[in-house]
Amino acid sequence: MAPSFFGGVHPRGFKELSCEAPILPIRPKVVSIAMSQHIGRPCTPLVKLGDRVTVGQKIGDGEGLCVPVHASVSGTVIAVEPRPTPSGTEGLCVVIESDMQDTLCPDIQKRESVAELTPEELTAIIREAGITGMGGAGFPTNVKISSGMGKVDTVIINGAECEPYITSDDRLMREAPEKIAGGIRIIQKILQPERTALGIEKNKSRAIASMRAALPEDMELLELRVRYPQGAEKQLIQTVTGRQVPPGGLPAAVGCAVFNVATCKAIYDAVYEGLPLVRRAVTVTGRAIARPSNFLAPIGTPYADLVEAAGGFSSEPYKILCGGPMMGIAQHSLECGTIKGNNALTCFSQADNHEVETPHCIRCGKCLDVCPMRLMPLQMHKAAQKGDLLALEKGCVMDCIECGSCAYNCPAGIPLVQSFRTAKKMLRDEQAKQKAKEAVK
Amino acid sequence: MNIEATNLTVSSSPHAHSKNSTAVIMRDVCIALVPALIAAVWFFGWRALTLTMVSAAGCVFFEWGYRKLLKKDCTAGDWSAVVTGVLIAFICPVSLPYWTILIADLFAIVLVKQLFGGIGMNIVNPALAARAFLFSWPSLMSGSWVASGTRISVLSPSLDGMTTATPLAALAENTLPTESLLDLFLGRIGGSLGEVSAAALLLGGVYLLVRKVITPRIPLAYLGTVAVLAVLFPRGGNDCFDWMLCQLLSGGLLLGAIFMATDYTTSPVTHLGQIAYGVGCGVLTILFRYFGAYVEGVTYAILIMNCCIGFFDKLGVPKRFGLVKQKKGGAEK
Repeated sequence: MAPSFFGGVHPRGFKELSCEAPILPIRPKVVSIAMSQHIGRPCTPLVKLGDRVTVGQKIGDGEGLCVPVHASVSGTVIAVEPRPTPSGTEGLCVVIESDMQDTLCPDIQKRESVAELTPEELTAIIREAGITGMGGAGFPTNVKISSGMGKVDTVIINGAECEPYITSDDRLMREAPEKIAGGIRIIQKILQPERTALGIEKNKSRAIASMRAALPEDMELLELRVRYPQGAEKQLIQTVTGRQVPPGGLPAAVGCAVFNVATCKAIYDAVYEGLPLVRRAVTVTGRAIARPSNFLAPIGTPYADLVEAAGGFSSEPYKILCGGPMMGIAQHSLECGTIKGNNALTCFSQADNHEVETPHCIRCGKCLDVCPMRLMPLQMHKAAQKGDLLALEKGCVMDCIECGSCAYNCPAGIPLVQSFRTAKKMLRDEQAKQKAKEAVK
Repeated sequence: MNIEATNLTVSSSPHAHSKNSTAVIMRDVCIALVPALIAAVWFFGWRALTLTMVSAAGCVFFEWGYRKLLKKDCTAGDWSAVVTGVLIAFICPVSLPYWTILIADLFAIVLVKQLFGGIGMNIVNPALAARAFLFSWPSLMSGSWVASGTRISVLSPSLDGMTTATPLAALAENTLPTESLLDLFLGRIGGSLGEVSAAALLLGGVYLLVRKVITPRIPLAYLGTVAVLAVLFPRGGNDCFDWMLCQLLSGGLLLGAIFMATDYTTSPVTHLGQIAYGVGCGVLTILFRYFGAYVEGVTYAILIMNCCIGFFDKLGVPKRFGLVKQKKGGAEK
């Protein structure tokens, strides 16, 4: 039997909409770059209104768990103010009006060889380039690397792209396999793993062929079963190594480190080209989009520009998602700009509306069968409805990775993930309250 | 070019949903019951169809009426009331008066299902509870089984000289039924409207398995337990395998094991719990059949097990992710 993870679902992929569209450059007139692009502390802006900036110039940085952000176009700063971000909240953004010259920052210098660089120097380069996990969560890559040093025996490269609709990683693997391989080589050089494996879902045969040709012999290529959430970090680790990341633990706890293929390419760009993370591949797709496409979009490209470049809407949009349909965040307008972890903009039309007005659980247990974390969603939902914190804690609601498999499979159409998000917040608030109480004592 | 985006819906992920729905599942159960209905019409005449239709319509009406009256959201369209209605008809004699089955419908939908909160909230299976309720009219429910091949009038069922002993009654006397095993399998026997044809019920069961509406866990555990107990403890000096096959093919066992014990709401959700629940149903069925006052044990066996699912759900709770012994180092393929 092919190695696998627990549960999972098989939603229709809809990758055919955009998988043959090459990654085309897009040149927005204005970009709105959020100061908080990653898990951790937001950056403090280093530029002010009226400043001239160049591509790759650092415009924000901070202390602690924080990586810098850079200007993605050259031009003038026209605003430093809170603006809507894809996460649904407002956040401080630096807004740059492009001069359409794309003048590179003079500090950017290519490197011919990386042989003399130490692991620490390489990690520092990765931090300065502002690289974060580009598959979604956006964990600072340098922190991931340094926390894994000495503990990691297996490096896993994530090319699964199991989320429906999205094709940005697929295209990247087809179009820039050498750069991805170069990035993986740098990670290998830093972490010195015994095993390096790239996992790609079987349905991306062109990407598999392209990567196979580019990968050196000491790297494995695994063709993975097409099943969502194959690309979730814990599930990918389980598939590749058979190991299970303990509750609340990091992959390093089981000797693994996982990097997305787009992150690998960003590492290559940072180390060899000297170019910080200023643009990324973004898929613009969905039933409501006239010409589903893939773009190489500067960070902060407004969603309206992406939609326009993809031929506009072919039907009235019903939902617009930052990301894909399983884990994407629904947007209320097109005014946000792209962020580093933003792999797609999925636009649904009314035909994709599956909402059930008053769902009733029929206890079919289909949520339980598909949960990749082996939770019992129906019991957790019951506890969440009652606000029963003890039952929620006992049910391990904090283990939920919010992949959406249960809610996808629920015949009653219960918004289970929403329920668990609320439950997690209740638990966290309660724990904070307890801590505060103890501190007073 | 249109890049207008007004009236966007904002909601929590996931934004995709499988095509499955409660209505699709319940409709599948109805489809799976069609072969047994055809068999019933074949053996008992058109009254089998009219009684089933009246019962289904009655259940849907009561479901709609109750929710309307109490100003709750309408669930009459989800096919679950149809399933209950058809099942109630299936476990009644074909000669049952229409008014009686409508009372049974009312009992099942309002008292057993809606008063507990409606779909998904009831403790026991509404159809089986209705049958237990109907036993208050023993003259209508037992001892008046219509012989197979008797075409009952659609309007005024008169039973003079048309009743027969069911195979189950023979088994209760510790004798093998007079009908052949083939008759039992095809359904050329007396009994409740929808339970007679084992072949038709099995066909429906295969459909449910293929459509993934049910898993084999509960039916196999249930039927397997009955089979094992019957083989181990045959009565009346009969051959143990003949005895076992007659037990399996008689009465409401197949209908119960495939369509009633697998009812989502009143059965456990964990895999081990489902197996234990099926075994429990089997043990109780045999105990009731061997030592009970009624000849049939399936109704009460399932009803009693329904009340225990809180316990069965605690069995076989999946092991928490990440708490297994870690395989360190060696990469495995």
